[in-house]
Amino acid sequence: MDEALDGGISTVRSGGESRDLTWRPPRWVVARRLLRDRPAVAGALVLAVFALVSIAAPLVAPHDPAAVNGRAILQPPGEVYRLGTDNLGRDILSRLIYGARWTLGTALLAAAAIVVIGVSVGLVAGYFGGLIDDILMRIVDVLLAFPSLVLALAIVGTLGPSLRNVMIGMVAVWWVDYARVIRGLTVGMREREFVTSAHCAGASAPHIIFRHLLPNVIPSVIVLATLELGSLMLAISGLSFLGLGAQPPTPEWGTMLNDGRAFFQRAPQLMVYPGLAITIAVIGSNLVGDGLRDVLDPRFKR
Amino acid sequence: MIPYLLRRLVYLGPVWLGISFIAFALSSLSPGDPARLTLQRQLDRQPTAEEVTRARQDLGLNDPFAVRYVQWVGQAVTGDLGTSYRTGEPVLGALLERFPNTLRITLLGLGGAVVVALPLGVMAAVWRNSPLDHLSRIVSLLGASMPSYWVAYLLILLFAVRLHMLPVAGRGTWQHMVLPATTLGLATSASLMRLTRSEMLEVLGQDFVRTSRAKGLGPRAVVVGHALRNALIPVVTVAGMRFAGLLGGAVIVETIFAWPGIGKFVLDSIFDRDYPVIQGFVVFMGTVFLLVNLVVDLSYGLLDPRIRLGHR
Repeated sequence: MDEALDGGISTVRSGGESRDLTWRPPRWVVARRLLRDRPAVAGALVLAVFALVSIAAPLVAPHDPAAVNGRAILQPPGEVYRLGTDNLGRDILSRLIYGARWTLGTALLAAAAIVVIGVSVGLVAGYFGGLIDDILMRIVDVLLAFPSLVLALAIVGTLGPSLRNVMIGMVAVWWVDYARVIRGLTVGMREREFVTSAHCAGASAPHIIFRHLLPNVIPSVIVLATLELGSLMLAISGLSFLGLGAQPPTPEWGTMLNDGRAFFQRAPQLMVYPGLAITIAVIGSNLVGDGLRDVLDPRFKR
Repeated sequence: MIPYLLRRLVYLGPVWLGISFIAFALSSLSPGDPARLTLQRQLDRQPTAEEVTRARQDLGLNDPFAVRYVQWVGQAVTGDLGTSYRTGEPVLGALLERFPNTLRITLLGLGGAVVVALPLGVMAAVWRNSPLDHLSRIVSLLGASMPSYWVAYLLILLFAVRLHMLPVAGRGTWQHMVLPATTLGLATSASLMRLTRSEMLEVLGQDFVRTSRAKGLGPRAVVVGHALRNALIPVVTVAGMRFAGLLGGAVIVETIFAWPGIGKFVLDSIFDRDYPVIQGFVVFMGTVFLLVNLVVDLSYGLLDPRIRLGHR
């Protein structure tokens, strides 16, 4: 599809009414439709509960997540330790509760950095076009030429294992998707009347980008970010699981799984619960992402 | 077809150079001094400052970045990716030796995923909103949300520890490949199933399907002969793209199952700060990924003549 067509014909006929590509339903319609989407509401509740629990961890956790108890090693789930204990006698439930801070916090922080970089690159490339666009998009092409985990793994491996380096590795690789999508949207808007008129009124490039283009891509950014939050969590705890991310005794969920590997035949609870926590969190964000996509930006529907 | 192929090949060159550049630039991220690291391995003691200076000179580390990059690419093109600090093997040889093992579980995983996903996706589309369709939705959500490294241990607990049906880890018999391949293929299977379903739904609503029904074709001929053929193109594309992703994901699975593939080798190298291997891995996987994408592009050129002739 060539750009002229995308940018020139900005209105499409849909359901008998004329509707342009940047048209969005008003907020109250979005909110009402979302609230009617029961899986999305369930997903949002799950995420909210996880967020609350991680913020209120000191109040909610029944034990100190770092407290070692030599007389309660590898205990199965029971009265005192609801989900059992690990190989050092630490309470698994409390570690999971504190772990939510690490796993979710890292994913959110990485997602924020990814969004900022990806959206900036996409807007700049799409608005200016020409040489800048060419250079940025060739960089994107090269980064897209890797399975994302391979490059992230190599970056973390070279920098050395730590949660900070995992975040650097993830951000370095994942901004590309956003840049590509946002560039596409921006190119489509560049020739539109509202941009041209802002230009004629003497608006500067930063003004046009931030005040006119950015607001129009935000719904797509929100959809993309929630859709990818789950895979981001999976990737970050995956690297931690390999021993490249958070280091023991940090109760990051992936790190807990890695710690539990040696004992999992004797004490399956070491593996079962942290994995379950990751799965539930990822399901939550996937459900919310699907719901938001259906309401805000059906173009991402696959 | 030939001009199409040429266009694609010409495009590969710059991208490959970009890949090699990233791989080379990685080395400047490493906190250690390569000269010191190499000497430590060779001498088995802390080298003196003088020895390090001489080694830096000998290894060409004092040359400007651009000179070193050109030299390195020149060697990489001829298949020389340096030697491993850890084992002293040539990096390319070491990677090539282990690659077939990775390829084996990846192909098995992908093949299994397609075999499971296609019929289920088609059935979910044909019997839309049936219990089977709802089940497929739940299964695909789970498949996309469960960490593979967790699923692997659940599978081990069930099939190896409780039921004693399959070995826990290692290699040797075909049974050793079942759990790694299943772990690897599960998420792909879930997403391919959803994709097959949505593509089938779209195709089934088109006029030519109604026409073939109207002219009296049986349901099987309509679904398999007409609809599936058209729904297959995006599915093949995604399966191909997934294949390269699976090669990357094999790192985790190989580590869990002690499977002697390229991923486990790289992870061991990472913990040993064996930078030439990490670098070589990036070039190698990038190259494989490019070739896989090329084959995928060409294959749907074969499936759909419109793409081959450039009408799209």
